[in-house]
Amino acid sequence: MRPFTYERATDAQTAVAAVSRPGAKFISGGTNLLDLMKLDIEQPSHLVDISRLPLRDIEELPDGGLRIGAQAANSDVAADARVRTRYPVLSEALVAGASGQLRNMASTGGNLLQRTRCPYFYDTAADCNKRDPGSGCSAIGGFNRIHAILGASESCIATNPSDMAVAMTVLGAEIELLDADQAVRRVAITDFYRLPGDTPHIETVLRPGEMITSVVLPPPPPGRQKYRKVRDRASYEFALVSVAAVVSTDQGTISEARVAFGGVAHKPWRSVEAEAALTGRPATMDTYRAAAEAAMRDAVGQGHNDFKIELAKRTLCRTLAQVARAS
Amino acid sequence: MSDSDTGAMGRSQGETVRLSTIRLSVNDQARQLEVDPRTSLLDALREHLRLSGTKKGCDHGQCGACTVLVNGRRVNSCLTLAVMHEDDEIVTIEGLGDPEDLHAMQRAFVERDGFQCGYCTPGQICSAVGMLAEVEAGWPSHATADVSAPQVALSDEEIRERMSGNICRCAAYPNIVAAIRDTAQGGL
Repeated sequence: MRPFTYERATDAQTAVAAVSRPGAKFISGGTNLLDLMKLDIEQPSHLVDISRLPLRDIEELPDGGLRIGAQAANSDVAADARVRTRYPVLSEALVAGASGQLRNMASTGGNLLQRTRCPYFYDTAADCNKRDPGSGCSAIGGFNRIHAILGASESCIATNPSDMAVAMTVLGAEIELLDADQAVRRVAITDFYRLPGDTPHIETVLRPGEMITSVVLPPPPPGRQKYRKVRDRASYEFALVSVAAVVSTDQGTISEARVAFGGVAHKPWRSVEAEAALTGRPATMDTYRAAAEAAMRDAVGQGHNDFKIELAKRTLCRTLAQVARAS
Repeated sequence: MSDSDTGAMGRSQGETVRLSTIRLSVNDQARQLEVDPRTSLLDALREHLRLSGTKKGCDHGQCGACTVLVNGRRVNSCLTLAVMHEDDEIVTIEGLGDPEDLHAMQRAFVERDGFQCGYCTPGQICSAVGMLAEVEAGWPSHATADVSAPQVALSDEEIRERMSGNICRCAAYPNIVAAIRDTAQGGL
């Protein structure tokens, strides 16, 4: 690992000031950053430790929503009674991700900022536009079984591996950011992540020096919530495809539906097409299948991952059937 | 802003690096270390404190051999920096019990033959101890049918899911699950 200097931030204001120096990065849980530093993929010259900032609380908001501090551990969010009862899709997504040890370390903000990545990103002998902009993409035409089927580009077909972010996307979360001038702004999670385009190394709209301070969940949407993850192993594995759904039915008719996919794109993928195909329709398998077709209308396989298009459709149908039946 | 540089210098790969002094508790003993900031908690335990019970497997958080308890919670010591653990309370396999006075989980692993080569075992045992505390606190898992339920029934399926961050290349899994089940039923 390359040498770096280290400092521990004691408050948010000094943290954003400290990270403004060239080569500096925040570190919190470290589970993604240190892994990549050991492989010489991330090369910070200075680390600002924000893990002890007083941003660990999960607070009730006056409107019935919840504010999750950026330093709250993934395991604490998953175990929070309010999250489990009012936002079960978020708890389910969190416990579907990583391992017990990693969830104890990983922070909410760090989970959001884990790198969108693929095996070629890790392989420093391979071309990767994300790791080395302009070098090319070894995944296109390579082994691409786990890669993106939506929103990919000629530069990058990697997928975002976060389960948590998929649930936050279906819940309409907003991300609160603090910059070095102490200015605060909020960004909807659907606007936070970027598609790869020709700059796959830039994954979010986070500006240099900005820090995530919290995630704000609006009041829970009406209906039943479910997160379903399909993967190669039973546990501790990234999704091939995952679905977060919130569905409300009234006498057999879907009154409101929200759908997001994980494992299919460079970012958590909210499907307004599926939602439109569900709303006002009878809660039947024909409706679910039509929504699945709408969601995957623009899907493109890369060869090895062609199966993910049908897998995403079936995963959506099964999730919707389960949620609608229960409601 | 606290700056933990001591001014002490060390050499590594031909480059001069500033060492950091950290104070932390390891197995109920106050310890002070001078480390290169790059030192993982795992390497600090093994190479600086000579506590070689904690094992280095993959060094990337995938195998769980390095699992220790930090402030009562199980973590991968390979994926965290020693300098990040000022004032923390670390418990390793050496702190759980010793040959004359084994921890209940260690005893159960022996009685159930929950290992073969033994390399993953310290991590398995530390992870299992941390895991049972999580169950005690009512934390849900991916195997929990209803995450909103306040209590968890510790089925074998729950044990397997919750221990998925610990790999055993000898595949002693059935006996590991049995040892953990015994300990959970007998209490810690």
